[in-house]
Amino acid sequence: MSLLSNTSALLGKELRTEVRSRELLTTTVVFILIVIVLFSITLHPTTSESQRLGPGLLWVAFLFAASLMLQPCFLREQTNDTLSALRLSVSDPFAIFFAKMAANTLFLLLTELLMLPFFAGFFNVRVLPVLPQLVLVLFLGSLGIAVPGTAFSAISSQARMRELMLPLLLLPLLTPILIASTEVTAALLEPEPALRLAGLGILVAFDVVFLTALWLFGEYLLEE
Amino acid sequence: MKTIAGAFALFLLIAVTAYLAFFYAPIERTMGPIQKIFYLHLPSAFSSFIALGICFYANLMYVFKRQPKWDWLGVSAAEVGLAFITVVLVTGPIWAHPVWGIWWTWDARLTLTFVLWLLYISYLLLRSMLEEPDKRALFSALFGIFAFLDVPLVYFSIRWWRGQHPTPVIMGGPGSGLEPRMRVAYLLVWGAFTGLLVLLVNARFKLEAMRADLEELQREVEVR
Amino acid sequence: MTPTSFSPTGIRFENIDKRYGGLYALRRVSLEIAAGECAVLAGRNGSGKTTLLRIAARLVRPSAGSVTFMGNTKDVTAEMPQLGFVAHATMVYDELTAEENLALFARLLGIAEPAARAETLLGGVGLTDRRGSLVRTFSRGMRQRVAIARALLNEPAVLLLDEPAAGLDPQGVTWLAEALRRMRDAGRTILMSVHGESEISSLATRAVRLDAGAIMADTQTGGSLHSILTFAGA
Repeated sequence: MSLLSNTSALLGKELRTEVRSRELLTTTVVFILIVIVLFSITLHPTTSESQRLGPGLLWVAFLFAASLMLQPCFLREQTNDTLSALRLSVSDPFAIFFAKMAANTLFLLLTELLMLPFFAGFFNVRVLPVLPQLVLVLFLGSLGIAVPGTAFSAISSQARMRELMLPLLLLPLLTPILIASTEVTAALLEPEPALRLAGLGILVAFDVVFLTALWLFGEYLLEE
Repeated sequence: MKTIAGAFALFLLIAVTAYLAFFYAPIERTMGPIQKIFYLHLPSAFSSFIALGICFYANLMYVFKRQPKWDWLGVSAAEVGLAFITVVLVTGPIWAHPVWGIWWTWDARLTLTFVLWLLYISYLLLRSMLEEPDKRALFSALFGIFAFLDVPLVYFSIRWWRGQHPTPVIMGGPGSGLEPRMRVAYLLVWGAFTGLLVLLVNARFKLEAMRADLEELQREVEVR
Repeated sequence: MTPTSFSPTGIRFENIDKRYGGLYALRRVSLEIAAGECAVLAGRNGSGKTTLLRIAARLVRPSAGSVTFMGNTKDVTAEMPQLGFVAHATMVYDELTAEENLALFARLLGIAEPAARAETLLGGVGLTDRRGSLVRTFSRGMRQRVAIARALLNEPAVLLLDEPAAGLDPQGVTWLAEALRRMRDAGRTILMSVHGESEISSLATRAVRLDAGAIMADTQTGGSLHSILTFAGA
C-alpha cells in the first residue's frame, strides 16, 4: 500500500497497456520524423548549418511530439471513469501521477532514442562517441517534459479545446528545458565535444522543482 | 468615494511625472529623445512583476482556502499584469528600431518578457476554456502556481544561454548612467505606475465580484 | 460471497451543500443511514442522488457540511471504513482482462495476495471462465459483475451504488438483486440510487426521496417504500 508499491503497480498497468496497443510509441516516432523532415526540407541546411541548427530542431520536434503524446494520459481514464476507481484504491494520490509520469518519461525517452539514428543521418552529426552523455540529457529533458506534461494533461482533460490547450499550457513553460537541452546537446555534438554542466544543472533544477510541485499539489489536480 | 479620490490623485501624479519625464529630465546624450520611452518601459516591467507576485499569492490562497475572492484577485492581477507586459513588449521595439535599426532581438530581457507574456496568456486562455466556476478557479490557480515556479527557471536558463551567445543588451541596465534629474523622474514614474497597478487591480477585482454575482443569478434563472 | 471481516458501519450526512457555480446540486442535506441498513435514494434525474453518493465516496468535496461514519453505537468511527463504489461507468479498464483488472486494484488496495483475492471474487460473480478475456469483449451485464467484484475487493463495510441496474437485462437484474441480498444479509450497509420500483429496490428497508437537491420524503419519518419510489419514478 505504500507509494512505491502503488506506483509500480500502476506503472505496470501503463506499460502493459502500451505494449498491447503500441499506439503511443508508433505515432510519436512517426510524428517526430515528419517534423524533422519538414524542417530539413524548408531550411535545406548545409552541413555546417545542420550541425548548428540540428539540436534545436530536434528538441523542438520532441516538444511538439510530447505535447501530442501526453494528451491521452488522463483522457483515457475518463472513458470508463477508471480515474475514480484509482482515486478510491490508492493510498496516496501522488502514486497516480508518479506512475504516469514515469511511463511518459520512458515512452518519450524510447522514441527519442529511436530517432537518434535518423537525426545523426539527416544532420551529419556523430552521436556514438557521446552516447552515454546524450542519453543523460535526453533522460533529464524527457523527465522535465513529462512532469508538467502529465500535470497539465490532467488539467486540459477537463477543459474545452483540450487538444489545443495542452500544448498551449505546456510549451511556454518548457522554455528552460528547450534552452538547456538544446545547448547541452549542441555542445556534445561539436567537433570537440564538451559537457555543459551548468545546462545539466538547469535541467536537474527544473525536474526537482516540478516534481516537488506535483507532489505537493497533485491531489488537487484530481478533484472533480 | 475613496476610489475616485485615489484615481484623481493618481491622475495628478501621472500628469506631474509625465511633465518631469518629458521636460524636466534631460535628453539622453547618445540615444536622443527616444530614450524617454525608458520611463514607460521599465516601470511597466516592474509593475508586471508585482502583479505576477500578487497572482501567485492569490493562487496559493485559493487552493488552500477555496474562497472566491482569491480567484477574483488572481484573474485581476493576471489581466493587469498582462497589460503592463504588453506595454513592455511594445515599447521595446519602438525604442529599438530608431536606435539599433531592428524591431526585435532575442536578448535576455526581451526573451524573458516574451515567455512571461505567453504564460500570462495561457493562464487567461485556460480560464476561458473552463466553464464551471469552481473548477475554473481551482485549475487556473494550480496552473498559475506551476507557471510562477517556472519563472526563475526561465530567467536563469535564458541568462545562461545568452552567456553562451552574447548579444547586445537592449536598453542598458536600470540606473546605468542615470543623471540625478533622470533619477528623480524615474523614481516618481515608478511610484505612479505602482499606484496605477493597485488602482487597476482593485477596479478589476470589483468587476469580477459583480460578474460572479451575475453568473450566479443567471444560473438560478436557467434552473427555474 | 466472501467471509465477513468488516465491522458494521453507518453513514451520517450533516448539512451537506454542493454548489456548482450558482446551482445547488444539494441543499442542506442531513441523513443518517444506520449500520447494516439497506437504503435506496429515489428521485428524478438531477435531483442530487449521484452527487450525494459521490460525496459519501469522497470523490467529490462538499461545498459545506460533512460526511462521517459511525459504528453500531452511533459514535463516529476513528478510521475511514472500507468503501465499495459502483457507478454507471464500469470503472475498470477495457484493455485489461477481468483478472488483471481485479489484481491491479487489489494490489493498489494493499491486499496481501491480490491474485488469489481476484480469483475468489471472480468466482463469486460467476466469471471464472472469462477471467482471461479482455473486458472490452464483455457484455454490459458481465461488465457490471466485474464492477461489483472490484467494489468488494476490500471487504467494504459500506456499499455505495449509483443506479446499478441501469442497462442490465432482466437476467442481469435478477443476478444483481441476489448479489445485493447476500451483501445485505452479511451486514454490509448499502446506499443505492434507483429509478423507480424493481427487484433491486424491494431489498431496501429504507427509502429517501430527493428533489432538486433536498430531501422530500423518508420512510423513517413516514411514507411507505412504495409511495416514495413510485412518486419519484422516471
